[in-house]
Amino acid sequence: MPSWGMTVDTDRCTGCEACVVACHAENNLPTVGPEQAAMGRTHQWIRVERYWEGEFPNIKAKFMPVMCQQCDAAPCEPVCPVNATYHTPDGLNAQVYNRCVGTRFCANNCPYTVRFFTWFTPSWDSPMNEQLNPDVSIRTSGIMEKCTFCVQRIRRAQDTAKDEKRAVKDGEIKPACAQACPAKVIVFGDLSDEDSEVSKLSRSNRGRRLLEELGTRPRVVYLSGGGA
Amino acid sequence: MAAETPRFTEARINRDLLGPLFKTSAIYYVTTGFLLLVAMVVFVAWGLQLKYGIGMAGKNRPSYWGLYITTFVFWIGISHAGTLISAILRVVQAEWRRPITRCAEAITTFALVTGSLFPLIHLGRAWLFYWMIPFPNSRHLWPNFQSPLMWDFIAINTYLTGSVTYLYLPMIPDMAVARDKSTGWRQPMYRTLALGWRGTEREWVRLEKAISIMALVIIPVAVSVHTIVSWDFAMTVMPMWHSTIFGPYFVVGAIFSGIAALLIAMVMIRKYFKLEHYLQPVHFDNLAKMLLTMSLLWFYFTFTEYLVTWYGNEPAEMTVFWSKISGRYAPMFWLMVICNFIIPFPVLAIKKLRTIPLIFMASCGILVGMWLERFLIIVPTLVHPYLPYNYGHYWPSYTEMAIAGGTLGFFVLMYFLFAKFSPMISIWEYEEGLQVASKHRGELPDPTFVGQIAPGDVHPGH
Repeated sequence: MPSWGMTVDTDRCTGCEACVVACHAENNLPTVGPEQAAMGRTHQWIRVERYWEGEFPNIKAKFMPVMCQQCDAAPCEPVCPVNATYHTPDGLNAQVYNRCVGTRFCANNCPYTVRFFTWFTPSWDSPMNEQLNPDVSIRTSGIMEKCTFCVQRIRRAQDTAKDEKRAVKDGEIKPACAQACPAKVIVFGDLSDEDSEVSKLSRSNRGRRLLEELGTRPRVVYLSGGGA
Repeated sequence: MAAETPRFTEARINRDLLGPLFKTSAIYYVTTGFLLLVAMVVFVAWGLQLKYGIGMAGKNRPSYWGLYITTFVFWIGISHAGTLISAILRVVQAEWRRPITRCAEAITTFALVTGSLFPLIHLGRAWLFYWMIPFPNSRHLWPNFQSPLMWDFIAINTYLTGSVTYLYLPMIPDMAVARDKSTGWRQPMYRTLALGWRGTEREWVRLEKAISIMALVIIPVAVSVHTIVSWDFAMTVMPMWHSTIFGPYFVVGAIFSGIAALLIAMVMIRKYFKLEHYLQPVHFDNLAKMLLTMSLLWFYFTFTEYLVTWYGNEPAEMTVFWSKISGRYAPMFWLMVICNFIIPFPVLAIKKLRTIPLIFMASCGILVGMWLERFLIIVPTLVHPYLPYNYGHYWPSYTEMAIAGGTLGFFVLMYFLFAKFSPMISIWEYEEGLQVASKHRGELPDPTFVGQIAPGDVHPGH
């Protein structure tokens, strides 16, 4: 059984937001228009948080891409009254759209604020409606959604490997954000394989987990500072 | 009052208390019509929200909850007026409870009905609410009993069932009186509701036993309900929600706002139905003392909660803390303190100020203050999540305001209609009280329920 994980090297991130665009295209994220966006209703399964370090003129912008941390002890999971969010055996924090009734309790209990709610029935202006990804379902109004680690790509790679009677190779699965990143910030892979790139990186002394003091045991490791 | 001490005969009590059931004034129709319009607003706005999407409410990321949950907690709090107060007073056999139990229990039932609308209204897909009910189905789907929302669902349903039963049981003999006095279309209705009550010794014994069992059972249920409502917040990891004292803090706040609502209702009923001889200053005085106790308790809990947070100085918590004390939410916060403590404390503590009009005003203030308290627990935490990049803001939309505000009309409408349907003071319990009072004065029990009403009689104590 694989155990999916990710590393994000914030020292490499340029804040270009290619990951955000790629995620929109891959996962059929609707755009909501300027008014709704100003209300805080955008869908950004991955976002680039910008923080300033130091004081002017010695100031430095720090970029931190944040997506669902796929916590092993996810606070969002126990609070759902209908079990719409649960943990898969391979460590993904899954959201069952069909089962969601929209209490939004999970989003309130997410310390990373990475859950997104569909406030209105989404629509895509032509020709954008022609480019929707057939592997990802469209979410209707009134339900919760979030980063899936591009589960559709994971399952497709696993199916292909099974057909070819082999194991999934390291680097074979790339979430849309990792694929689009020009600076190779994001690395995805199997943490249970000690030789995988993500495994090695996640063990590096540059790694830390976001808000790990809350005991959520996130599966995303942020790398910054120091030598490799 | 000493000038006229009216003789309370069975006939007079029946006339005073059953009167509103059979005679309806023009003002009543006008008021009811207006309330009906207000209540309609709720359902029209909700209908639009169902049609277009939950986005009609002003919620966003990170403020996923807002006015609906605030108002939900508010109404569930109000519902503690009744059953809890009336049950406690019954259990300790406080004689002065007699004229107030019915109005209190009715508040509970209707506040619960109103409050329990909100979890439905706030759902993204309200039409699927029944997925929270554990029912066998072909796909083996089952609700998640780990979720505080499931506990909520069960607790509120238990409380609603319990409080309807507890409201109805003491109504049975009164329904029988109404059956005997009514004519026309009302008679079959009251006949059905009276469940064939004849007033035999055996029936009375059983009724009294059932009421005392329900009074005992409903107290822990009521306490559990608001504790569980508080756990919707306390069970999370969010700053200033994850607090161990939320259970008792919410229960205290609930009883506090409940007594205030009860006092307001009593002032209205007293004036509207001209029941000055039944709802006497002593009732208001006693309830006002209970209200004072709750105000002090509320202040104690609030002080503890904020002092401990401040002393702990945890950054995420302090952000929320300062937003309330001196930030964007400071005007609401300090208005809450004024409404819940600074005004009620002197008004309720100083005997000279503890008059019915001032108690009424203080109670109205407390309702405002307690609504603000719930808003200030919910929203400032949500708009200040752990990662500062996600700080947000929340302002309710017109849809939300119409629904949240309109439920006040919905609640008053139900209460109003109930007052036309059942005596707002329990007739038999009141008469029983007069008997107890006569006995207390050493007179022979009077089989025709004749008693002299005097200030000392209404709370003789055992």
